[in-house]
Amino acid sequence: MSVTFKALENILEHYPPSSEHLISALQDVQAKFKYLPPEAMTAVCDHLGVPLSRGWAVATFYKTFSLEPQGEHDVAVCLGTACHVRGAHNVYEKFRRELEITGQEGTTRDLKFSLRQVRCLGCCSMAPVAQVDEEIHGNLSQRKAGHLLRTYRTR
Amino acid sequence: MQITSIDDLQKAKGTGLNQLYPDKPKILVGMATCGRAAGAQRVYDLLHKKAQQEHWDGVVEKTGCIGFCYKEPLVDAIFPGKPRITYGEVTPEIAGALWEELAAGRIPEKQIMARLDMDDMVLNGGPRKFFKGKLKGFLAKTPRYEDLDFFKLQRHIAMRNCGFIDPDNLLHYIARGGYFPLYTTLTTMTPEEVINVVTFAGLRGRGGGGFPTGVKWASCRKAQGWPKYVLCNADEGDPGAYMDRSLIEGDPHAILEGMLIGAYAIGSSEGYIYVRAEYPLAVKTLQRAILSAREAGLLGENIFGTGFNFDIKLNLGGGAFVCGESTALMASIEGKPGEPRAKYVHTVDKGLWNRPSNLNNVETWANVPVIIGKGADWYRDIGTEGSKGTKIFSLVGQVKNVGLVEVPMGVSIKDLVMQVGGGVPENREFKAIQIGGPSGGCIPKEHWDLPIDFDSLWDAGAIMGSGGMIVMDNSTCMVDVAKFFLDFLIDESCGKCIPCRLGLKRMREILEEFSAGKGSLADLDEMESLSEAVKDGSLCALGGSAPNPVLTTLRYFREEYEAHILQQKCPAAVCKELITYTINPELCNGCTACVAECPQDAITGDKKKPHSLDTSLCIKCGACFEVCKFGAVAVA
Ligand SMILES: Cc1cc2nc3c(=O)[nH]c(=O)nc-3n(C[C@H](O)[C@H](O)[C@H](O)COP(=O)(O)O)c2cc1C
Ligand code: SF4
Ligand code: SF4
Ligand code: FES
Ligand code: FES
Repeated sequence: MSVTFKALENILEHYPPSSEHLISALQDVQAKFKYLPPEAMTAVCDHLGVPLSRGWAVATFYKTFSLEPQGEHDVAVCLGTACHVRGAHNVYEKFRRELEITGQEGTTRDLKFSLRQVRCLGCCSMAPVAQVDEEIHGNLSQRKAGHLLRTYRTR
Repeated sequence: MQITSIDDLQKAKGTGLNQLYPDKPKILVGMATCGRAAGAQRVYDLLHKKAQQEHWDGVVEKTGCIGFCYKEPLVDAIFPGKPRITYGEVTPEIAGALWEELAAGRIPEKQIMARLDMDDMVLNGGPRKFFKGKLKGFLAKTPRYEDLDFFKLQRHIAMRNCGFIDPDNLLHYIARGGYFPLYTTLTTMTPEEVINVVTFAGLRGRGGGGFPTGVKWASCRKAQGWPKYVLCNADEGDPGAYMDRSLIEGDPHAILEGMLIGAYAIGSSEGYIYVRAEYPLAVKTLQRAILSAREAGLLGENIFGTGFNFDIKLNLGGGAFVCGESTALMASIEGKPGEPRAKYVHTVDKGLWNRPSNLNNVETWANVPVIIGKGADWYRDIGTEGSKGTKIFSLVGQVKNVGLVEVPMGVSIKDLVMQVGGGVPENREFKAIQIGGPSGGCIPKEHWDLPIDFDSLWDAGAIMGSGGMIVMDNSTCMVDVAKFFLDFLIDESCGKCIPCRLGLKRMREILEEFSAGKGSLADLDEMESLSEAVKDGSLCALGGSAPNPVLTTLRYFREEYEAHILQQKCPAAVCKELITYTINPELCNGCTACVAECPQDAITGDKKKPHSLDTSLCIKCGACFEVCKFGAVAVA
């Protein structure tokens, strides 16, 4: 999605110009574009009257923000304690291999998937767990992880 | 509906009770996040649609988490004059069949887990019996909730409404005695009396530290400055803990009412709830609860016509564990990076925007209305000398009955794991329980008779923490667990203090050596001294308690460290550098399942003949081990 003045306007009109709304406004930008485009950051900081450096300090501190464009599907694999003791690490490595992600987290070259780690999705009873977009998938194994990606690839 | 007097409240309760227990059948679907993950949304949609299509004279409703998470999706049937019946594992596939029976007025026996003969209600004047006389047939033999090992030791106080009410329905909450304690507070008690009751009840903070709640309130009341803020910590960052989320998703008004009572006691008119943005359902549930309380006049100005004003704002956390720490949380609400600050000035004096601020955890707040409603003496009767009341734990990991359990303080670890949890699965052996999250520790079997209360756990090197309890069996490597927590903490350290930022990294390096079979016994001593340095030199409790997971594993599982260092062996067969995968030709029948899964083409052989595994190609991903149905892949 391209960054339009209108889309930003729609977000910013909810916030009075005060620094306390910085995180909330950036969360809205993140929700809209799935990352924080630099031009959006400038617009938010201008509107709220906070220095740009403070904007980036906040953006890099909190995990909800990403600074790069994200893939079409968001694959969040839980590496919380309950999932860890039930083999989440091997499942995560399977996702990395399948998606050919070289770093710990990242986005596929075709921008189809973004892979990231999360800690506890609150479904520990179904550990190991991953969330693809809004949907949670439990009791994962490496094999199931492979199936899962295939179903999203063909969607 | 405006609720501004006791008459209004009574009327709301009457209407609410008629909705909770109508003169017609009712079907409840557990729709907290984990229920939804198991398919509850589809179950609910199906039942709801059928009921509409067939003009069924009954009610289909959603409810929160009662704790039976391992049996999700859960469906309950409440027929007038019959016990409440809980069905487990009602997948969307079988929900249709269950509907046919229930719609015809029959109670099918299949999938029944338990029955409930009466609703204890906690706050609303004693139990409500569901039926008179004796039960016949299979119902008489169906176990009651209190007969189940999972429930025998439990007592739901903070979770009193979870799994009973529709969390979005204010009247349901009032029907079970909600907002009556607030009325009592505002109309008959002075703020000092409220503080005295909470102090005498012995309530201690459920967010981790166990600080006496009444004492905190009293200091904030005394503090100079205006306005004063009342805050709720719903950041729940402990990986493996989800009790706060369940409380919010199942009974949001309990938290709002607790905060209202606290605000009156402290003298505050503004509140904030800091909730994780990763909990979308909890966020929505809170938003709706705040709106409906406002519409009813239970939040806002001149509540119950007493002149007391209080309103609550929601603030979404950005996914940083350290923001659960009180000063970091307040910085975050102010729109800054969540870095803790030194606490020589207490937050009760100068907190949010430098004003007096009182922060309590979700579960702490949820207990408050009960303490006012039932009285301090009633509450003091539950629990142990130093730890009163109950605590909710998320009992997870290698345990059969995974779920949320609320037990009186003082229950032993053994009873919790073996009785409530049903022991570890597949005849493996219990090894340790991890409690207190990244600030806590691993407690071994030798100490499993330990009563779970704030002080005993502290003595054992762990902490109560927020209530995550992760059961580990002999397939868990303690060196790996220590590494896991250090990884987490290194990631989450805000980086302000050098011992926390660098000390943890150095500890991690040493552990990495151990798990590769390198290092020496002398390094164990270095770990211990580094731990002390990190503990002493860190500003906030994240750093201050960061070494706990390492120290407890060292203290209780030293021989496992020694096996890595001296024999280059990982007894639990977890540490990749020390294990090898092999195929046992006697068990392998050549089914080729593993061949298809191996990313390295390391496994070869003819169909129906024993296969062989080339260890020089193997990257130890474990995929073959996972798919082999014949136990032919071995790891050691
Ligand atoms: C690193 C760190 C993380 C914390 N995370 C949480 C949390 O997620 N939820 C919580 O209620 N308390 C958390 N706490 C404890 C809070 O700082 C604070 O003590 C607590 O919210 C006070 O409420 P209580 O007295 O009702 O427990 C954390 C503390 C530290 C040091
Ligand atoms: S102890 Fe660690 S997390 Fe806490 S303030 Fe210091 S650096 Fe930050
Ligand atoms: S552990 Fe992985 S790489 Fe090694 S043989 Fe098995 S499937 Fe192949
Ligand atoms: S630890 Fe993975 S869902 Fe809780
Ligand atoms: S019973 Fe549903 S989340 Fe626990």
